[in-house]
Amino acid sequence: MDIQSILIAAGSMGGLGLLFAVILAIANKKLHVEEDPRVTEIMGVIPGANCGGCGYPGCSAFADAVVKGNAPVNGCPVGGADVAALVAKIMGVEVSVTEKEVAQCQCQGGMEEIAYQGEYQGAQSCIAATLVSGGKKLCEFGCLGLGDCAAACKFGAIVISENRLPVVDPEKCVACGECVDVCPRDLMELHPLSHRTKVLCKNHDIGRYATKVCTKSCIACGACERKCPFDAIHVIDNLATIDYEKCKHCGLCATVCPTKAIEHIKKPRKPKPTPSPIEEVDK
Amino acid sequence: MNLLVIFIGAALINNFVLQQFLGICPFVGVSKKVDSAFSMGMATTFVMVISAMATWLIYNLILVPFELQILQYVAFILVIASLVQFVEMFIKKVSKPLYDALGIFLPLITTNCAILGLALTAVLKEYNFMETLIYGIGAGIGFTMALVIMAGIREELELVDVPKSFQGAAITMIVAGSLALAFMGFAGII
Repeated sequence: MDIQSILIAAGSMGGLGLLFAVILAIANKKLHVEEDPRVTEIMGVIPGANCGGCGYPGCSAFADAVVKGNAPVNGCPVGGADVAALVAKIMGVEVSVTEKEVAQCQCQGGMEEIAYQGEYQGAQSCIAATLVSGGKKLCEFGCLGLGDCAAACKFGAIVISENRLPVVDPEKCVACGECVDVCPRDLMELHPLSHRTKVLCKNHDIGRYATKVCTKSCIACGACERKCPFDAIHVIDNLATIDYEKCKHCGLCATVCPTKAIEHIKKPRKPKPTPSPIEEVDK
Repeated sequence: MNLLVIFIGAALINNFVLQQFLGICPFVGVSKKVDSAFSMGMATTFVMVISAMATWLIYNLILVPFELQILQYVAFILVIASLVQFVEMFIKKVSKPLYDALGIFLPLITTNCAILGLALTAVLKEYNFMETLIYGIGAGIGFTMALVIMAGIREELELVDVPKSFQGAAITMIVAGSLALAFMGFAGII
């Protein structure tokens, strides 16, 4: 192998590449298509993560659809209200502010709370574990803790805690819904931040059995149902279910729940709501 | 006569899709409507013909004199990728609806193995320039034909009550297989 043949090879390939590059550059000028400038502008303000959370196959498709009027200006769940306002400004329309949603695992059955049915040593994936009689945990509704949701999250918002439960960082979560789709047990749910009271259990077993599988399971005792002054919580199919149309987030149900299956966050995470971005736009 | 044999051979007897099983991706992906199938076929034919000529020139004028035949894959992919880029720009300029209809499959012509396969077989068979050109046209027509036939059948299938377990991809595969079997009937006409 002498140096000359390498030079010839590199030179001829490089020359070819250069030739095609020049042709394409000229073609790009000659065949330039006037696109609606708003498409490029929208592309500039949306996050560009191509997550598909909006239902379109990518950010450019979404931008196209917005300009054509097929997609709502607030259709990007990742960007949230800020981006919706910017897109609305580009499109020259107003947008109603949608509340930020955050994903949360509807199960508190970690390593300490749950009972075990055996050892699981297969592939470390919830979907794989579901195929093998549901992994090591006895509860057939609970979190498997193998982190398919964390792997699916493109924004690094989900970490699996020491207790083998997914913990969502509400700052990073953009409510794209990837984790909701991937969880084989449908435990991830998107809730607006105003939903401060949640039943963090999906166990539909009768109380006697539910207590055996997990210490934090809903045992369908009905204490919450009796306590609720607004008729907002009901035990349906052995599981307490909150009607958010009626719920006033008083937190009484959480105080009477014997297994602490109901979570109540006392104050809003942001005490002062930030001024609506729309008003800023209007100025 | 020789050219006619090459043409029929490429289009029917050794049809790239149905007999050599190259370029299956657009064959399944863009065969839902006859219109877009035909356009896809034409776009691919265009790339095939131009790339067949360009690769012949590059192979015989650059690679052979410098004894760089080993680089043919690199060089051919370079040609094909550039051409597809060009075709994409061209179609976007001429017909935006067609550009939207072809969607992701247009840039995917780059990775359509039928095109690289064509360039490589043409070299393998030691065709001259004219023969390569005809071979490219034949292959393109054959590809378009396969796509259009498939799209025609699938349009009719929309109206048929397919058993539930065969719906979707399954029936498409069965149709593709039957088509390939039917095309075997062309073997031996030359």
